Amino acid sequence: MAVRDGLFVIGEHPALIGGRCRKCGQVCFPRQDICPYCSGEAVDRIELSRSGALWAWTAVTAAPPGYGGTVPYGFGVVELPEGVRVITRLTEADPAKLERGQAMDLVLEELSEQDGKRVLTYAFAPSPR
Amino acid sequence: MKQVLVAGVGIHAFGRFEGVTTTDLGVVAVRNALEESGTGRGGFQAAFCATAYGGVASGHKVLGRLGMTGMPIVDVEAGCASGGAALALAKSAIESGQIETALVFGVEKMPRGIIRSSFFEPWQEASGLASTPSYFALRAQRLMHISGVTKSHLAAVVVKNRRHGSLNPDAMFRSEVDAASVLASRVVCEPLHLWMLCSPNEGAAAVVLTAADPSPSRALPRVRLDAAVLRSHLPGAVLSESTPMSGLTNDDVPPPTTLAATAAYEAAGIGPESLDVVECQDTDAARELLSYEELGLCGPGGSAALIDEGATVLGGRLPVNPSGGLLSKGEPLGASALGQVVELVRQLQGRAAQRQVPDARVALSHTVGRGANASVVILSS
Repeated sequence: MAVRDGLFVIGEHPALIGGRCRKCGQVCFPRQDICPYCSGEAVDRIELSRSGALWAWTAVTAAPPGYGGTVPYGFGVVELPEGVRVITRLTEADPAKLERGQAMDLVLEELSEQDGKRVLTYAFAPSPR
Repeated sequence: MKQVLVAGVGIHAFGRFEGVTTTDLGVVAVRNALEESGTGRGGFQAAFCATAYGGVASGHKVLGRLGMTGMPIVDVEAGCASGGAALALAKSAIESGQIETALVFGVEKMPRGIIRSSFFEPWQEASGLASTPSYFALRAQRLMHISGVTKSHLAAVVVKNRRHGSLNPDAMFRSEVDAASVLASRVVCEPLHLWMLCSPNEGAAAVVLTAADPSPSRALPRVRLDAAVLRSHLPGAVLSESTPMSGLTNDDVPPPTTLAATAAYEAAGIGPESLDVVECQDTDAARELLSYEELGLCGPGGSAALIDEGATVLGGRLPVNPSGGLLSKGEPLGASALGQVVELVRQLQGRAAQRQVPDARVALSHTVGRGANASVVILSS
């Protein structure tokens, strides 16, 4: 199950769920009912592209508040073709192994188990070359 | 509109103080400011208390301890800019003629370690997306990518501020460091090393504002509060202090600091070229350099050159963070902006001792943080 409903589609081809405003056309993630850019009240649910380009990155070396998973892990921004930059975990925890603009693919990572169900969040991984 | 003057300032040193409560810290700063301004019981008609972690009625607890209640006491939370927000409210109340004199103070005892912020949703925390220093790191990496800033510039900011802090008895870290040691401290989140990040801590600061000329018996030179502006963010910048989960592929969204600075310069009728001394947000070393650009102290990409020419060191043409900044003082959220104002008032009055910027006449204080909230305050003598 997703760490929060409505963030992404789970399955063989996972996808982040964004919102595209019918009034201004801007894309937001996570989707919200009212457009953060123009206050438009019709925001369509769209599945964002699975692949994008790495825009900024670092590594988290100490567990931040409320996080029960392992460290270190990658953390950064991936730019998607819909014209949106997304804050995300990265599967690569060594900043030296990443390059600006490199292709990244969406994956789902297991955070913990709750009532026998795997709790999943989203991350991006370097595309296979 | 009435002119607003600074009648007096007070501070409780920033640091870690076991067994001392948030209220205790506030009492010290408030008493100092009231004494310096010659303001007694009943001498102010409103109080504004800045705090982010102080909890319910922080201001009332301080003034209750002093037996000075009855007037409106407003607790203000605006993250790192809480003190600037409180100052802006007090200034408006005086300008409008509603009140003659206001007490503005900030108090804080920060939790230890990486700050747990109620800002983040549980899913963000569970996903490991609540690591505040990592957002700083991404901003630092982008700054290094789009300008000539290198890790050695980041280290130079720390060396500068720690040198200034070694001259400030109210700072938490009072030892100088060299660049090699800064770069040898452990990497917290690339490109930021431990010593490039400020420490959350404890402290209090207070300012008395008044419409009337402070008592003529006071020997201190007059300081005017020309502008106190608070702004929030515009949407679209993925690395904005508003900490969104997404943004646009548009790099031209003006940051909240620039929004606040533009309005403050206009209110004061000056530009950045008029400034003699600046205290700016240096939560991490890259944040200070970003502040240079966002406040208009240099053009886009010009921050590295300011460091290279030594412009912002004490003795340079525009000293920045003569107090030592947050890198030396630590950051008690509610008190940090007013701590800057205390430093600048002392600079403008020529009583900053070894940290004195010669002939300082126009000063700017800047904070920015989550919300987003940015405050810019302009003072002159």
